[in-house]
Amino acid sequence: MRLGLELFTFFSLSAGALFFLAGTIGLIRFPDALTRLHAITKVDNLGLGLVVLGLVTRTDGAVGALRLVTIWLLVQLSSAIVTQLVAGALSQQGPHR
Amino acid sequence: MTILLFTDVCLVLLVLTIGASIVRARDAFEAAIAFAIYGLLLAIVWVRLAAIDVALTEAAIGGGMTGMLLLGAAARLRLAGDDHIRASLRVRLAAGILSALVAAGVAGAVLLPPEVIPTLAPKVMENLASSGLGNPVAGVLFVYRALDTLLEKVVLLLALLGVWSLAPDGAWNGRPAIRLYARLNGTLTFLAQLLPPIGIVVAIYMCWIGAKAPGGAFQGGTILAAMWLLVIVAGLESIPSIGGTWLRIMLVIGPVIFLAIGTAGIVLANAFLAYPAGYAKPLIVAIEVALTLSIAAAPGMLAAGPPQQEQRQ
Repeated sequence: MRLGLELFTFFSLSAGALFFLAGTIGLIRFPDALTRLHAITKVDNLGLGLVVLGLVTRTDGAVGALRLVTIWLLVQLSSAIVTQLVAGALSQQGPHR
Repeated sequence: MTILLFTDVCLVLLVLTIGASIVRARDAFEAAIAFAIYGLLLAIVWVRLAAIDVALTEAAIGGGMTGMLLLGAAARLRLAGDDHIRASLRVRLAAGILSALVAAGVAGAVLLPPEVIPTLAPKVMENLASSGLGNPVAGVLFVYRALDTLLEKVVLLLALLGVWSLAPDGAWNGRPAIRLYARLNGTLTFLAQLLPPIGIVVAIYMCWIGAKAPGGAFQGGTILAAMWLLVIVAGLESIPSIGGTWLRIMLVIGPVIFLAIGTAGIVLANAFLAYPAGYAKPLIVAIEVALTLSIAAAPGMLAAGPPQQEQRQ
């Protein structure tokens, strides 16, 4: 059971880190702002989500786990809306940027 | 242990790189963005140094608040068409030499410490219990160095007066011309309706927990200020004019209550800013609550800028 949890944390954190890496590469390599936004939202959603999932099993109790999940939800909310706002500002400037 | 060392080395390299990119940035906007990132990275450095209080303040002030002020200044310069003017070589040289001297001084202090590093930390921990507080940082801020803390809050008001004094004569007592988010497509309005209730709860928690764990008036107040600005920028609420009675009461209530309790200390505890025995904690919490309100109002108005529009009655 303990080993199972350790393995779960390990794979979840690794997968999260992989998403962070992929998102960062996308942020640097993608050609325009909209595709770059697409790349970083993957980091916020899945990358952080997997990291939180991996750490939830490591917290002392339900309150700690709830805090982690709350942080993830708040980041989700703000990143989704900021991405919308940036994309909206871009679409106002012109179709091809 | 080695993985932590590796993280620390990477963190230091990252901070240095971002620091260099602030200096090398081509325009003010780029430099302001880099400075905000620099503030957030420094917050992580403070966490690694186990200074959570400082980390929270750095993230709120260094990353958020200062970043926002600098971005506002950069936007203003861009509107005025001044953002590509570079300082003269002499000014840049002087700034470089001064920065190098400061860096050398800090490096000297870190690399060549005295045999016995002078510290008052053990004494603080010894006497902390008598103040009823559990957070040594709050103890230092409100018991041992209360005068510094009081003056810090007054400096915040002086800074705001400095910004307000940029107002043209006719605009005095007017409303700051903060840039509203012009297109109301609902997204920002949604955030401005959803986030403040959560933010206010977190701010109250921050302020309350400050007595026994990392947190306090500054951190709580900055979150409140951010929520307030969010609501204003989304256009849900208009910004108060700088002559408004409520705004002025909010701005001074923290320092006034701090000063009143401090002055009462002369009679009740034989020293200015001393607390009568047994009442230290409730008095400090009262000061923190009042300061939170003032700190929420001051950075919010600082970010809004000087008043520009004439008030019509």
